[in-house]
Amino acid sequence: MSIEKDATSVESKGRRYFLIGMTSAASVAGAIGAAVPFVKSWTPSAKARSAGAPKICDISRLRPGEMLAPIPAWRGKPVFVVGRTPDDIRRLENEQDDLADAASEDLDRQPEYARNPWRSRKPELGVYIGICTHLGCSPKYRDDEGDFYCPCHGSRFDLAGRVVKGVPAPDNLDVPPYSYLSDTEIIVGVDDENLAAAPDLDDSTERA
Amino acid sequence: MKPTPRSQAPFGVGSTRGPLTRLVAWVDERFPLTRTIEDHGTKYYAPKNVNFWYLMGALSLVVLVMQLLTGLWLTMSYVPTGDGAFASVEYIMRDVEHGDLIRLAHSTGASALFAVVYLHMFRGLAYGSYRKPRELLWLIGMAIYLVLMAEGFFGYLLPWGNMSYWAGQVIVSLVGAIPFIGEGLMEWVRGDYGISDITLNRFFALHVVALPIALIGLVFVHIVALHHVGSNNPDGIEIKDHKDDKGVPLDGIPFHPYCTVHDFQATVAFLFIFCAIMFFVPEMFGYFLEKPNFEQADPLKTPDVIAPVWYYTPFYSMLRATTFPMFGLDAKFWGLVVMGTAILMPAMLPWLDRSPVKSMRYKGLLSKAMLALLVVSLFVLGYLGTIHTTDLTTAIAQVFTLIYFAYFVLMPWYTRVEKTKTPPERVT
Repeated sequence: MSIEKDATSVESKGRRYFLIGMTSAASVAGAIGAAVPFVKSWTPSAKARSAGAPKICDISRLRPGEMLAPIPAWRGKPVFVVGRTPDDIRRLENEQDDLADAASEDLDRQPEYARNPWRSRKPELGVYIGICTHLGCSPKYRDDEGDFYCPCHGSRFDLAGRVVKGVPAPDNLDVPPYSYLSDTEIIVGVDDENLAAAPDLDDSTERA
Repeated sequence: MKPTPRSQAPFGVGSTRGPLTRLVAWVDERFPLTRTIEDHGTKYYAPKNVNFWYLMGALSLVVLVMQLLTGLWLTMSYVPTGDGAFASVEYIMRDVEHGDLIRLAHSTGASALFAVVYLHMFRGLAYGSYRKPRELLWLIGMAIYLVLMAEGFFGYLLPWGNMSYWAGQVIVSLVGAIPFIGEGLMEWVRGDYGISDITLNRFFALHVVALPIALIGLVFVHIVALHHVGSNNPDGIEIKDHKDDKGVPLDGIPFHPYCTVHDFQATVAFLFIFCAIMFFVPEMFGYFLEKPNFEQADPLKTPDVIAPVWYYTPFYSMLRATTFPMFGLDAKFWGLVVMGTAILMPAMLPWLDRSPVKSMRYKGLLSKAMLALLVVSLFVLGYLGTIHTTDLTTAIAQVFTLIYFAYFVLMPWYTRVEKTKTPPERVT
């Protein structure tokens, strides 16, 4: 190949397109690589992840028909811990016609041990993430009505966090992973079933 | 390069080659100063029949500059952290000398900017300013509008009041409605499992650095595109079709000084109204600054009614009005689709309008009625977006959402079937 060769000859053009193609491909790959730190830096940082550590809640003073106050927070989200009366439990088991997903068919919404009519480990205590599945407002606990009501767009959930039909919220309230540490304490954010995957409890566990 | 001949020097300096003329000539050899002033001012021709509605573009620019200035000053005292944000806004309001004025100028300015931009867009609808050859000008304008909406949203979180927090929560949750990737995307946008000071930090960065740069760039190309195609006018006819032998449009007047002086006058009048609002009703009865925002953000307590600021409420109403699932996808997802489509719909106008005439003055009754209905629907939806929903308000919102979309979707039909008047050859 000599320099005198006509730069517009077919052979030269082919070489030129090949070089342009290779340069473009390398540039695109480089740009994608360079974008990685920018994109990844937006995901939850170590600080955010450790603030999402499990939370211990004292339930010794929670009576049936009440919700634990002040509302504990796990991962910055309100956690609704409700005590249920025998009457509440009967209603959960029998009044299911108005519910959109009475049998907890949506498996992402609760751990396996909460797939029952009261959506909890024990019928007399329910633990739910207090964030409406519509647009993320926090519903209000209404002890007179025996439900959770979202003031933003009018969604309603029963005392097991199951959404009623015909409201904007599409899903039941989330049940976080949780376990009983004793009869008077629960831990939210980790459960016996998934203990291996949990962060180190000693360092980061907070008490509410 | 030849120096610019004396006769072309600006400011009418005259025949004596004084120091100013020589300075201008020196600059002109190195930078196209005189040419730029001529191309975009003294020899840029605007239609002589432009009216009140044509002041809104200039006013948008004035308010944008005010926002940049007051915003810059606010960053000097504002602290973008979860612990410090709310207190720093209170500090600005109480302890910084004239801080309250700067802050209220910025919050009132946000509403003012949307007000003049909406009037500016209405002008475009009424006189067909989106029609050929101004399609790209219109699309750049739409891009400015979208960036402005994002800018307003990110800015709204910064005072870290309780409405800031929950409005942020609701709007970011919309992202979560996208099937499959929504949940992960939502976490990525927030950088946390809920709205937190991590989110606040990045919204601050976007609000004060990224989006203002984008806005300035887009406004620049908007003006470049405008000066390339020239302004439309209330008759919707091209002044470039009738030129004198020097190539100057017969119905055109030099932008400077004839339009600039009107724009200046309008700016003074506008600032009178602006200051009256800023001094006496900066909260505008909860439409500009909402009551729950005078309380610090509380992640555990949602305000009783979540309402965005007035300039988003029509679209928020459409979101809330979408209450039924379709094709196996949640109502929540369709709400996002309806809202997004509604916001983007005006971008389609250049290709939806099939009328032989541009201006509403010469269009038929159907076009006029549809435009009136569009305005009514925006006002009704805008009001409904600020109040608590009931079954009745949802039904009304659904009807007006359909009317809003009808304006656009039916446009190819009603602009073709209606009887139009013939526009004049020259502007009236």
